[in-house]
Formats: sequence, C-alpha cells, structure tokens
Amino acid sequence: MSSQTSERVLRAATSRWRPIGARLDRSAGSVFILPAVLVILGFSIFPLLASLYVSLSRLSFSEGGVDLKFVGLDNYAKLIVGVDQTHFLGVVGPITPVSIAVLAAAYGLLALLLYRYITGPNRTAGGLVGRVVTVVIAGALLWLIANTILTSGRPGTLVVTIVYVGVDVAVQYLLGLGLALLVVQHLPGRRFFRVVFLLPMMITPVGVAYLFQMLTDTSKGPLYPLWARFGLTDVSWVTNPWGARLAVMIGDVWQWTPFIFIILLAAIETLPHELVEAAVVDGASRWNVFWRITFPQILPATTTVVLIRLIEGFKIIDLPNVLTNGGPGTATESLTLHAYTIWRALDIGGSAAVAYMLLLLVTFVSVTYVNLFRRRVAALT
Amino acid sequence: MVISYILLFAWAFVVLFPLYWLAVTSLKTPLDVNAGPFYIPFRDFQPNLDNWHYIFVDLGEDTFRPYLNTVVVGLTSTAITVLLGSMAAYGLVRMRYQVRLGAIAGFAAGVAVAVVLMIFRTPWLLAAVAGLAFFVLLLQTVARRGRRAVGNDDIAFWMISQRMLPPVAVVIPIYVFFQQLSLLDTWGALIITYVAVHLPIVVWLMRDYLQSIPLELEESAAIDGASPYRVFRSIVLPLAVPGLVATFLFVLVFAWNEYLIALFLTSSNAQTLPLTVAAQNATRGPQWWYMSVLILIMITPVIAMAIALERFIARGLLVGAVKG
Repeated sequence: MSSQTSERVLRAATSRWRPIGARLDRSAGSVFILPAVLVILGFSIFPLLASLYVSLSRLSFSEGGVDLKFVGLDNYAKLIVGVDQTHFLGVVGPITPVSIAVLAAAYGLLALLLYRYITGPNRTAGGLVGRVVTVVIAGALLWLIANTILTSGRPGTLVVTIVYVGVDVAVQYLLGLGLALLVVQHLPGRRFFRVVFLLPMMITPVGVAYLFQMLTDTSKGPLYPLWARFGLTDVSWVTNPWGARLAVMIGDVWQWTPFIFIILLAAIETLPHELVEAAVVDGASRWNVFWRITFPQILPATTTVVLIRLIEGFKIIDLPNVLTNGGPGTATESLTLHAYTIWRALDIGGSAAVAYMLLLLVTFVSVTYVNLFRRRVAALT
Repeated sequence: MVISYILLFAWAFVVLFPLYWLAVTSLKTPLDVNAGPFYIPFRDFQPNLDNWHYIFVDLGEDTFRPYLNTVVVGLTSTAITVLLGSMAAYGLVRMRYQVRLGAIAGFAAGVAVAVVLMIFRTPWLLAAVAGLAFFVLLLQTVARRGRRAVGNDDIAFWMISQRMLPPVAVVIPIYVFFQQLSLLDTWGALIITYVAVHLPIVVWLMRDYLQSIPLELEESAAIDGASPYRVFRSIVLPLAVPGLVATFLFVLVFAWNEYLIALFLTSSNAQTLPLTVAAQNATRGPQWWYMSVLILIMITPVIAMAIALERFIARGLLVGAVKG
C-alpha cells in the first residue's frame, strides 16, 4: 500500500463528509439560538394559552376528573364589578382635600407630558395613540390609588401590590446605590463588605419570610425592648394595616437591596477614573462629581437593574403569605397571593383571571418604563 | 472616612443581625425561644444542639433527600441553563437573525389549529402534530413572501418578557403537562422547568458580557478555518469565564431557593429544601428553631461558593450587566 492510495482514500472520505460539515457551519446561527428559543417557547406559549382559557372558564372537580365550562369574561367581571371587587380594587372612600390635591397634581403632570409631545417636533400617529392609552390607564390607576389610600377607603390587592413595588424598588435603589458608593472607595476591608452585603439574597424567600416573622414578633422577638419602650408589646402591630405592610416592605428591602447593590457596584467600578480625578483637581465638590459625572454614566445599569426588580417585585408572595397571612383582613395581600388564595379555594378560573390581570399590569408598567426611560437613556449613550 | 465606616458597619449589622439571630435560635430549646428574647448564648440561655440533632439524626433521611435533590436539581439546571443561554446570547450578539413576520403568523396559526383541535377533544399529541404540520406547510408556502421581519433586539426582548408571567399563572398548566408525561415528582420535571424559567436571565446577562469580547480574536480563528462551534468553544467560552461564573452563581441562587414551582411539581421524592423549611410550620405554629437549622445548612454551600467566586463576580459583572 503506498501513501498515495491512503491519501486518495482520505480525500474521498473528507469529500463525503465536507457537505455535512459545511451545512452545519452555515446553519450555526440557528444551532446557537434554537435550543433556547424552543425551550422558552414551549414553556411560555402553552401555559399562557392554557391559563388564558382557564381564566375564561369555570373549573369544577367532578367525579373522576375535572369539568371545564366556558363562561366568557365572568371571572374578570367578578373582579372588577362583581363580588370580588372590594378584594381586588378596594373600597373607594369619600374624597378628601389631600386626595384631590394629589390627583390634580398627578393629572396636571400627565397632561403636561402629553401636551409637550403633541406640540413637539417628532410626533407620529402611532406614538400619539400609544401615549393617550398610557395616560388613560395611568390616570385610572392613579385615581384608584388616591381614592383608596388617601381617603378613609381601603386599598385592594391591586393597589397594595403597586405600593409594594413602588416603595420597595425606590428604597432598594437608594440603599443599593449608597452602599455601592461607600464600598467603591478604596477602604481596607471592602471585600468583606462586598460578600456580607450579598448574603440576604442567598436565603430562600420562604426562609426570609419566617425569619422576619421571628424578628418582628412583639413578645419574643429580639426587638422586644424596643416595643416595650413604646408600650407596644400587647398590641400585635401586625394588626395595623400599614404596620403590617411596612413589615412586608422591610423584609423585601432587606432581601433584594443586595441585587441592586452588586450590579451598581460593578457598574461604578468600570468607570474610567480620569474624569473624576480631573473634576476633583478642578475643585468640584463630591456632590457635583457624583451628580454630573458618576450618575450619568451608570444610568444604563440603573435602568436595567430597576427594570429587573420591577418585573420580579410584582410577583411578591412569600413575605405577605408567611408574615401576615395577607392580613389583617386582606390588607397585605399582593396580587400573586390573591391568586394563590383563590386557587386554594379551588376557584381555578378566578385564580387565573387574577394572574392575568397581574400580567397585564406588569406588561403595562414595564412597557411604559422602557419607553419612558430606557429608550431615552440608550439614546444618550 | 470615619462616616463611611460607620455607615458600612451599620448596614453590615442590619444584614448580619438576622443571621446571628438564626444562629442563636438554632441553639435554643423551644422553651427558650418562647420565653422571650435571649441574645447571648451561655449568658442568657444554655445553648444545646438538640435542634441540630433532630434535623440531622431524627429527620435524617427527610433532610438529606431534599438536600440531595436541591444540589442535583440546582447544579444540573443551572449548568444546562448557562450553556444554552450563553449559546443563544452568542448567537444574538454575533449573528443576525431575521424572523419573517409571516413565519410568526404561521406559527400562531399552527398553535391555533392545535388549540381548536384540542377543544374538540382530539388527543393532545395528535393535535400538536397537526398544528406542527400546518405550521410547516405555511412556512414552506405563504410565509416566505412577507418582507417584514423581527431582529435580534426583538428576540431578546421577547425572551425577557417571559419573566413577566407570574408563576401562579403558568404553574397549573405545567403541572398538567408533567402529569401527562408522568414526570411529576422527578428531578427531570424540576430541571426542565427551571431551565425554561431562568434562560431569559442568562441570555440577558451573557449577551451584554459577550459583546465586550474583542471580535478580532474570533475573526482570526475563523480565517484559520475554525468552525463557528470551535470558535465558540475554544475562544469565546474561555474568555467569558468571569461572566459565566457570575451568571452561574445568580441562577444557582434562584434555582436553589425556588419554592412555588417545586411546591406544585414535587411531593416526597423530589422535594427540595425550601419546601422542607416551609414544612416546619406545624399546626402549633412555626417551629423557628428547626427552620433556623435548615436555613443555615441551606445557605452555607452558597456562601462558600460566593466567597470562592467573589473576585469572578466582580469582574464578571464589571463588563456584563453594565451595558444594559
């Protein structure tokens, strides 16, 4: 056997194999992305459609299986105008000067934003319709918030969830940013702080909920001396609606501030030092350096991390469920917990309807947020 | 600088005190817990290891099986998620995708066909095959005509938007799905679900990270005849290690601690630790002393990993999450 023959054999073999290899190479794009797309598609389309259908029907357990009966929009009507209205939307109280003032200010701002867009140079028909829809929905939500919270009324799970998310994300962001700015200084021991500050994120949310139940206990919790001083040991402060909501929010802030902290820390650490140093040489105050140089440069990271926390924050369930069991009454119930309690009462259709309302709310808030901030920030950088 | 330290230690106290409370509670008897707040072991109360003994010895099997489940499900699902997610992220960063709107409409039509068939009591497998066939038919004929297409950014946003679904909305259909496959209460069901749920996060974090890798290296390798897969495996992945590690840790924490999906999909065999923690809420009220032990043994490995990987996390996020 000469080497010539083996070479010929080899060439024949490769020529047969090459088309397959080349084909695989050409479709590399699909090979890279398809597994992820298929998995996500499989796990989003089917459940999404299935729960949409369930939300439009009444599910009852009959002998030997389940019975699904199509009832149209009944489940939704129950939430918005029917028996579950006070649970979902709350009770609107008589108007007060405060509620009128706040609403007037908010509506004025919305009107101003819309007016600026209409008289602005680059308006489009589609953009206008989108903004009008946004303003109408936002106006309705604001009306509901003002008339249930700022009056003698009672907020429903919808408003409570919005309050949780709004307060939590704002506080978490301010705390996370402050901590990141502190740790970024070249102080000895910052590696210690970096790891310690991450810890709350690593505990399972159910565990955090029980931990806070333990900590906020007024008779045997570690804060007992504090309660005793204010004479609060007998009144379980979890019976006060706002006290209970505050407890839930403190727990959420404790657990998720680390997430914002670590991402903002990473963002600040990548910034080039030259600008800051030059500004300091020129005699700029620290406040000015932060506000004019650091902050604009971490805006992209800011908008990303706030969007993640907004989306995740709306799904809050463990803390109110364990800490207060949604109570007193339904004062601390979030939308997810609302859906869960209805589900436990075997009203599967109603539960799916609540979940869908939550989905609509999250979609509305995220899309508005992206249009309002992220696009603008992306244009800046 | 003094103020900085005061503030840093203040927050460190806020973070560490609850953990300290967990530690001392795990050493108390139920009687001590209920008798009022005792802060310092030996001075205020006599610490003992009864709770640890109960969790490790009396419960024994009921602690170790969930622990094993959590480790296996957490690590496997995270590894698969990070692999698939970084592949997709690499594709989104370096390739150009154009999905014709016609194809998407065709897919929607296929789904609609399957749904309608299922409403008319066709077996789900048959309906799915029919829907798929209809989709392929449309794809080969009508769908190619349209010009309008969605690009990479739209695909990425679509993936992220899947996180907006509240778990309660999707968990019942997923439960029925695995029931049909008789995969309930197995590692497989949890792993597949966690992969699907966490993929968007990985794609998002890794996309920004991979963008920062210099293109020249990949180009020169391609010119030397390396296939796209070879480039990805031998050049991109090694360069992306910090980002991969940071993403891995994030996703591991999520999968490790997940509660609601595990609650629905598992009962006794594949139960994970968050369920064991919640199960300590007995009829006589929550048994905080046992929970404390469980939470502590649950976070220890994660903390160890975080300390070991801390320098990677910083570097990984450095370039990664920043770009938005």
